[in-house]
Amino acid sequence: MFHSLGRYILLLWLSFRKPEKFKVYWAEVMREMVSQGIGSLGIIVIISVFIGAVATIQTAFQLVSDLVPRSVVGGITRDSTILEFSPTISALVLAGRIGSSIASQIGTMRVTEQIDALEIMGVNTPGYIVSPKIISGVSMVPLLVIVSVLLGLGGGYLACAVSNTVSTADYLSGLTDGFNTVIVTVCAVKSLAFGFIITSICAYQGFYTSGGALEVGQAATRGVVYSCIMILFADLIISKVLL
Amino acid sequence: MIEVQNIHKTFGENKVLQGITANFKPGKNNLIIGGSGSGKTTLLKCIVGLHEPTEGNVLYDGHNFTDMHFSERVHIRKEIGMLFQNSALFDSMTVEENIMFPLNLFTDQSKEEKLDRANFCLKRVNLEGKNKLFPSELSGGMKKRVGIARAISMQPKYLFVDEPNSGLDPLTSILIDELIAELTEEYCITTVVVTHDMNSVMGIGDHIIFLYNGQKWWEGTNHEIAHTDNKELNDFVFASKFMKAAREKL
Repeated sequence: MFHSLGRYILLLWLSFRKPEKFKVYWAEVMREMVSQGIGSLGIIVIISVFIGAVATIQTAFQLVSDLVPRSVVGGITRDSTILEFSPTISALVLAGRIGSSIASQIGTMRVTEQIDALEIMGVNTPGYIVSPKIISGVSMVPLLVIVSVLLGLGGGYLACAVSNTVSTADYLSGLTDGFNTVIVTVCAVKSLAFGFIITSICAYQGFYTSGGALEVGQAATRGVVYSCIMILFADLIISKVLL
Repeated sequence: MIEVQNIHKTFGENKVLQGITANFKPGKNNLIIGGSGSGKTTLLKCIVGLHEPTEGNVLYDGHNFTDMHFSERVHIRKEIGMLFQNSALFDSMTVEENIMFPLNLFTDQSKEEKLDRANFCLKRVNLEGKNKLFPSELSGGMKKRVGIARAISMQPKYLFVDEPNSGLDPLTSILIDELIAELTEEYCITTVVVTHDMNSVMGIGDHIIFLYNGQKWWEGTNHEIAHTDNKELNDFVFASKFMKAAREKL
């Protein structure tokens, strides 16, 4: 375990050494941003709308009481979406979507000697291969989470409009009542941390792959599983520290 | 010139290389041959720095490559071109982008200059007009030639080739061998080829090293190899009926 941790830290250290040519690296970062950001937008849109809608309906179902104003449903949906559903569930989904892609892409480069070819040329391979993916993950995952939050709250609004469990006016009122900005901070910190966890762990698994197609698949699976575990662990730590 | 001095390489308990010493001269096709598991590829990887030798040194024109730090090695690596067994072309890039990749990273040439160089290299390997194809659209022989074009794009002083003929038909193999030999002579490159293809050995082997059980077992030229009385080498070279028949006619 300590051996793996040491290699992981070393890989990160090497990844952020001064690039040979900034322009070439920047092009890679842009390519990764398109791949990770635009490529993941579809799945984020779908899960966010449905999670927001389901969260609203289930909250309304559990708060059937004349003593509780119906607008509370909006407030609970807002807080749970911003604090947990959007950052964490999006991150778990992105671990599968982005993480497996990163691990298998880098793993394939390793087993087909493309990484060796880069090293022979004198390229700092962790810097060229890993750092653009991490930079992209740390910038795109928060943006995807913002989209997820907005769509999740929109999904809740749609659920209210369609199901009539809570009026849309009550829902909108609940969204704005007692808004505490700390939940946005927590959401931002979580999404940054999750972006780093997904990209760095999966890149590490791919970078140290050896063997063939079977091992590439195993590396991708390990990357996703370890990322998911670390996301949940980080979720707990960040929530405990910041709330 | 590349000097390999007493190279040992051990993986766990497995001693793969045991004290290899050799010199590879410029303008010559230096071949490393041997059976599977004899340590050919490991030796090549030790020479180019993909493996760190357990013991011994590799010198490039007198500079001790083994002792160098990563940043110091970059200067020598810019003078190295390598063709890998599976070509190792970058899947996400076109043929042209593959060839221009080292130029983009290590030169300040304009885009036109880099394109000119890429076109020149493609022409040199007889692949004119294939600039925009992706590696997945190329045949095995074409991939090898693109690999060679990429390897020579930076005008290397040293060219390393790992199993250039694996997976190729005999005719394409000969074309690749001839191309390597022409480039070596034309640019006076120090070329090191790892192979177990006897056509390559007999065709372009100016200087041959035979590895056996991780040791340098024999050294000579393609003319000398046919007349050696080294048993292990003879078993390797004349394993096929075709080579045995060819030997009898010599």
